[in-house]
Amino acid sequence: MAHEDHKHGHSHPHDHDHDDHSHLTSIEARVRALETILVGKGLVDPAAMDAIIEAYETKIGPRNGARVVAKAWSDPAYAARLKADATAAIAELGYTGRQGEHMIAVFNSPDVHHLVVCTLCSCYPWSVLGLPPVWYKSAPYRSRAVIDPRGVIAEFGVTLPKDKQIRVWDSTAETRYLVIPERPAGTDGLNEDALADLVSRDSMIGTGIAGAPTEKAA
Amino acid sequence: MNGAQDMGGQMGFGPIAPEKDEPLFHAAWEKRALALTLAAGGMGHWSIDESRHARETLHPADYLSSSYYEIWAKGLEKLLLRHGFVTEADLKAGAPVDPAAPAKRKLEAAAVSAVLARGGPTTRDKAGAPRFKMGDKVRTILIHPTGHTRLPRYARGKVGTIALLHGAHVFPDTSAHGKGEQPDWLYTVRFDARDLWGRDADPATVISIDAWEAYLEPA
Repeated sequence: MAHEDHKHGHSHPHDHDHDDHSHLTSIEARVRALETILVGKGLVDPAAMDAIIEAYETKIGPRNGARVVAKAWSDPAYAARLKADATAAIAELGYTGRQGEHMIAVFNSPDVHHLVVCTLCSCYPWSVLGLPPVWYKSAPYRSRAVIDPRGVIAEFGVTLPKDKQIRVWDSTAETRYLVIPERPAGTDGLNEDALADLVSRDSMIGTGIAGAPTEKAA
Repeated sequence: MNGAQDMGGQMGFGPIAPEKDEPLFHAAWEKRALALTLAAGGMGHWSIDESRHARETLHPADYLSSSYYEIWAKGLEKLLLRHGFVTEADLKAGAPVDPAAPAKRKLEAAAVSAVLARGGPTTRDKAGAPRFKMGDKVRTILIHPTGHTRLPRYARGKVGTIALLHGAHVFPDTSAHGKGEQPDWLYTVRFDARDLWGRDADPATVISIDAWEAYLEPA
């Protein structure tokens, strides 16, 4: 039932293990049936479904958030607007809407590290980060991020000093949190595009830091 | 409700083990489940709160053994049955058999970009002023409702500090059950980890939740 038997510690269907096969077939069939019924009844437009998928595959992803971060690093006036009203400042770059209606930007500093979670479901700032990764929506992260955040962050390869404060934001309402990571050292000459390349998705959730070589923004 | 969804502080789920180079979708049906959930939501017959409650009322064993898109698909099935858009006979046939209730709206392909860009803001006008201000000490209420709530178990009956004010927002505890939006003041409440988890908790950690005024009392 739970996930001890999955080697990745969370449940998702990409482990094409043989014993999962009938289960996969069943959910595939169930989703297909729902689509057939709703389209057949004229309630859902399959072309609208395609447009939704295309939007998240091509337009709405962590590159959006990386541009926000790069601009905040480069432009102190923008950073101030982002701090005062993140929804409006993010909208300046054209990123608005679903699961980003009420944005709060939280800024990492030498003394404070922020971490975002949704313990109750999967709330995530879609407008700037796109769709959440499987681990963000899974039991191991959702259960531990609030009780052992330092351990969780360490599991992502980031060891924070013991005395560095961690602020965990559990997204229990419609406010969505974007972490503005610290700007990496030695990046003074870089323009916004080059800076955005250093901003990983995980650094904007708080499970990573910017400029870390292990993961790049998609 | 104290369902499987309320995971904060539970133990035994094992390592997080993020997947390297994770694809956006792991199977074609996941795309369809996502798009179907959004397109059906676009009919305008249920709130985000009702859809969250549909997911969290899955049997805990089912919830915990389902991937997130499976949870969505199963929750969507419940919503469609409840609102008369799909019947058991339709599901059995895997095809439309019964006539559907009329929908308020249909999301057309041409409108998708604009609809996604608009989203569904939950701020609402509310007369009067919030009861609490920044820095106030508050205690969350101790409740175990059988219906929907966004006050997680680990943060019930705890003392924290008002850290942000967000204006008035739709109240999920009523919105999820067709009892209206009943907008209420929303705050971020910050807790010392030791006040949530006890003396062994990390002294340099604070945890915040977003909490409606109805969840809070002066402390």
